[in-house]
Amino acid sequence: MSEADGLMRLRLPIAVTYNWSAGPNATSHLAGLLEGKLIGKRCPSCLSVYFPTRNGVCPKCARILAEDVTVGPKGTITTFCIVNVPFLGQKIKLPYVAAQILLDGADISMQHLIQECEAEDVRIGMRVEPVWRDRSEWGPSMENIEHFRPTGEPDQVMGSESGAS
Amino acid sequence: MAELCAVVGVGQTKHAACRADVSIAGLVREAVDRALIDANITIADVDAIVIGKAPDMLEGVAMPELWLADALAAHGKPVFRVHTAGSVGGSTAIVAAQHVMAGVHGTVLTIGFEKQSDGNAMWALSVPIPFGMPVHAGAGGYFSPIVRGYIERSGAPKHIGAMVAVKDRTNACKNPYAHLHEPDWTLEKALETPMLWDPIRFIETCPSSDGAMALVIMSEERADKHAGPKAWIHATAMRSEPTAFAGREQISPRAGEMCAEDLWRKAGITNPAKEVDVLEMYVPFAWFEPMWLENLGFAPRNEGWRWVEDGVTEMTGSLPVNPSGGVLSSNPIGASGMLRFGEAALQVMGKAGEHQIAGAKKAVGHAYGGGSQFFAMWLVSSDKP
Repeated sequence: MSEADGLMRLRLPIAVTYNWSAGPNATSHLAGLLEGKLIGKRCPSCLSVYFPTRNGVCPKCARILAEDVTVGPKGTITTFCIVNVPFLGQKIKLPYVAAQILLDGADISMQHLIQECEAEDVRIGMRVEPVWRDRSEWGPSMENIEHFRPTGEPDQVMGSESGAS
Repeated sequence: MAELCAVVGVGQTKHAACRADVSIAGLVREAVDRALIDANITIADVDAIVIGKAPDMLEGVAMPELWLADALAAHGKPVFRVHTAGSVGGSTAIVAAQHVMAGVHGTVLTIGFEKQSDGNAMWALSVPIPFGMPVHAGAGGYFSPIVRGYIERSGAPKHIGAMVAVKDRTNACKNPYAHLHEPDWTLEKALETPMLWDPIRFIETCPSSDGAMALVIMSEERADKHAGPKAWIHATAMRSEPTAFAGREQISPRAGEMCAEDLWRKAGITNPAKEVDVLEMYVPFAWFEPMWLENLGFAPRNEGWRWVEDGVTEMTGSLPVNPSGGVLSSNPIGASGMLRFGEAALQVMGKAGEHQIAGAKKAVGHAYGGGSQFFAMWLVSSDKP
């Protein structure tokens, strides 16, 4: 089935460049990153703090998020994955730990890289802090943080937040 | 009230890593021709066509519905396309059924398809977002942390995922259309396969497949006059939720629970584990079998893994899950949901061949997609409600 004699298969690359209108909410998040600040937004209805705030609305309440809240910089690992599989466009050496980190003051975790410890030592509940790149390399991106590393503080008991978003 | 309708024709392709012998249109046509032959009708008897596939980026072909209309002989017929990521095969079949339930059309053809070899789904699911951190590694990278959360929460032993995988790969050997035919897996060998996205092992992941599934759905009036076995659609249900929100239950998403609750209510099912004879569930990573057993209301919370360990979900168990081999043995993403729905239909029609569960009267098809955020289910039966 996989061989089809005489039938052509053509390799055709596609490249596209997009413009993205960030809107006021993501703009404040990205502008914060340019200053080395982690700026989230609070929902006026359920008071949940979102970081980042890409859509500008609370997904639960559909209310527009208006109030800036500085979160982190430390956080807690809620769950994680050890990536061993290579893929196209990959930028980080394998194996690496991609963790869901709940930044202090935020109500939703975000995914980032864990380094400066062995993969097998990473735990749910582990306290971590950001390691920023040199300021000359900063742009409007979470890549300004090169990785997170363990703080050495005692683990946080996660309970129902383990594995949560 | 919605009108009753039934599946009267089921057709699928041979699923494979690369169907270089056909174009996307040829792949789709293969499934369609088989479904029409199975239903003993021609395309002239079809009133409308509903198609679905996973996001266009996965194949690198945008809006195939524009040119598939030719391959489907859709001239003069309405064609609809449905999008709900990985659950699309399920929601497409539901949209098709709803055209009949609404009394708008008498006979609807529906198709789910994906030619993964034409694109690179792993790349498409890992595209670095410029303003984010590029640590995301495909669907496995997304679902692995959730699986870790389930293992931690439920206390499941680490071998449960491998057990599910061995079961599904063994079942697939009885299904001539399945992509993977690997009869020699043992639990011991499975546990030796490498961790790709720790805690997800190689054996616990679905393949990338080319394939298509097509169904013919008829109104009660037409189906009653139609010879041959039928799968009466007792109930359909769909629910969705945002990918991410504060406090979201990722392991057992509320939308999945609501979808199942709605299905059981509409189908008059009070004890799913007792009343459902076969379950075709969307399990692209093996650990999702126990997770969905709990999410859909079959097993109590944190106990789904015990059902796996006790053999409940084996073909010989009291609730066979994925006798077709499931997504773990064939994953043409846009078709995978419809494969679940179609395999459920085949079971109650008594046409599942070697993977037939004897005496199956009620079967459930289930699909999920996106970040576990779109859910689609139907319950079909050999008997009218």
